[in-house]
Amino acid sequence: MKRLKKSDKPEEKTVISRRKFLVGTAISIGGTALLGNYKDASAYKEFPGWPDRFGCLTDLTQCVGCRSCEKACNEANKLPAPERPFDDASVFMEKRRPTAKAYTVVNKYENPKDPNKPVYRKIQCNHCNEPACASACPIHAYTKTPEGAVLYDPEKCFGCRYCMIACPFYVPAYDYESPFEPRIVKCILCYDRIKTGGIPACAEACPVGAITFGKREELLKVAKKKIMNNPDRYINHIYGEHEVGGTSWLYISGVPFEQLDFPTNLPKKPLIEETKGFLGAVPVVFTVWPALFGMIYAALRHREELYNKKKGKEE
Amino acid sequence: MSDGTFAKNENFRSWFMDKLLMGMSWSEYSRRLITPFNIVAAIILAIGIPVIATRFVYGLASVTHASNEYPWGLLLGWGLFGGVPLSATGFVMGTAYYIFGFKGYKPLVRLGVLTGFMGYLFAVIYLLTDLGRPWRIYYPMIIGFGTASVLFLVAWHVATYLTVQFLEFSEAILEWLKSRRVYRWATMIVIAMTIAGIILSTLHQSALGALFLLAPGKLHPLWYSSYIPHLFLSSSIYAALCMVIVVSYLVARFVRHATDRNFLENLDPLTVGLGKGACVGIFVYLALKLIGVAHDDNWHLLNTPYGKWFLVEIIGFVLMPALVLTYGVKIKSAGIVRLGAFYALIGIILNRMNVSIIAFNWNLPGHLHHIIPPWQEVVIVLTIATIHILIFRWIVSRMPVVREEPGYSGGH
Repeated sequence: MKRLKKSDKPEEKTVISRRKFLVGTAISIGGTALLGNYKDASAYKEFPGWPDRFGCLTDLTQCVGCRSCEKACNEANKLPAPERPFDDASVFMEKRRPTAKAYTVVNKYENPKDPNKPVYRKIQCNHCNEPACASACPIHAYTKTPEGAVLYDPEKCFGCRYCMIACPFYVPAYDYESPFEPRIVKCILCYDRIKTGGIPACAEACPVGAITFGKREELLKVAKKKIMNNPDRYINHIYGEHEVGGTSWLYISGVPFEQLDFPTNLPKKPLIEETKGFLGAVPVVFTVWPALFGMIYAALRHREELYNKKKGKEE
Repeated sequence: MSDGTFAKNENFRSWFMDKLLMGMSWSEYSRRLITPFNIVAAIILAIGIPVIATRFVYGLASVTHASNEYPWGLLLGWGLFGGVPLSATGFVMGTAYYIFGFKGYKPLVRLGVLTGFMGYLFAVIYLLTDLGRPWRIYYPMIIGFGTASVLFLVAWHVATYLTVQFLEFSEAILEWLKSRRVYRWATMIVIAMTIAGIILSTLHQSALGALFLLAPGKLHPLWYSSYIPHLFLSSSIYAALCMVIVVSYLVARFVRHATDRNFLENLDPLTVGLGKGACVGIFVYLALKLIGVAHDDNWHLLNTPYGKWFLVEIIGFVLMPALVLTYGVKIKSAGIVRLGAFYALIGIILNRMNVSIIAFNWNLPGHLHHIIPPWQEVVIVLTIATIHILIFRWIVSRMPVVREEPGYSGGH
């Protein structure tokens, strides 16, 4: 079928008076001003994340398990001394996790490709683009800063630990030992350092350059390039690019992430999306329920009155 | 001091003691207190209160697993997630009686409201025991507003609903204190309070389920359903009806002196009536539960170890009690309805335990070993539950809950 062209339309002869023209123009201008610029209006709102946020890229194929990052983190953040010294390799006997005394830990895994070269995995807060911990907190104790760090304010926290339930990476630890000032403990992406142009202590301390600090956008490019140039060395997956809406901390690996205890059953959208539908229904319940149940009450009252009137007449 | 005020004071004192001791003298009252139940309760409290004190002096690590993977344990799994659906009694009975006009259920309405109020109060007490800094409980109301958080909603709703339920129950307190003027105000707001109760209950019963929507990677897919808010809400409705059936029976059995003839005579037919409601509720829930599996197309998971546990839950603890209830209603046997109701309540608690503890973190190594609570946590739960029962009994014995106060008939 031929598309209907403008010229195919019958010519309309309209005469616009000067007065009508002026009024029309005024209305259009006023209307546009009132409604604002709606060119970029969209029914679907998406937060793409802070544009210039920083992050880190951990190359798991490079990590040698020296635990220098753990040591540097401990010193930079003035954390309590560890039970076993940082050069003690016996810690690798078990799988550890960040605790109230350590923002980051490194675990050892067997390498299916080369049994003599184990894989080491560093764990710390991944600093999600849209952090589940922050959406879980009922007191707004968490902030995702424009620099990328997810920060926690112990002055606001009342210790419900819902953030720990929500975190898909099992990162926040709780200081259960403290009776009066328990708080959440987790990596802060060395916020004070990166704000003043520095880099996180762990990235600085790594002797083999397994941790790269930079703008997240740049890191993604670096990671993609590495994978493209060494397809035998890496699996084709940047962990953190899409997981739960993307994280500031990214990982590339030669071994499938599943074998390194990375959660691989996570949705690609931010976790807050899962609760949006429910929270959206709340105002509806608040407005519709009183009307609905009030109406039911009124209807039954009305019926009761009719019945009483009828009974009164009969008597 | 003049003789007049002295006499008045003396009058007030004797009136007050009369209220507290239920018209008995001190010696008679204290002699009556020595019963087997009270002795067991006293032993539990003697062990439990020091354990609770330990928690506040030495921190949560001294009484719980203090695990970073399992931030929520038995205190919340039992006290909050198990307790709140069983406390929907106030909202369900209030709605049935005041809004839908089930006037015949009057003898059970106040009992429902009191059970609900006490249930919420104690859910908050379990929460206070579990919170890291319980003295900051009001922070979501003043210090910071986490409006994107489902827990923010729960906090606000539980707080407001507790107030609403107190106002609803205030009728009984005022009758007990023989107040007339305030009483009239209290009866005036009851419809508004009931509707407020429906709103708040709908939202936070479902919100307790919605809390877990944030953890799709941790909760087993058979329990993690996009229907989880609906599942929590619909199961709370039949939980409430079953709870009223069970509590009214226990009251008639063990606090008989507080009941009146009207209550005792109507109990059996009303129990069957409530059982009918519970049947509808439990089958609606069962259907939703199956729709949830179908919606997420999780049928293939049923043939896994957790799938079998899921089947145990829905067949053994939803379908079976539903059948017992149906049979009891069919042959109009209050006894069988009570049995079914009790069975259904166990099912509800099992479901909440499954969601908050057993199917949560199911994919972690050594999961089932990690969820066994330390004995201290069990003792704390037992102690708080005992205090709950004692206070509940104290109120039912004194205030007009399961009897009518002469001279007061209520405005509705």
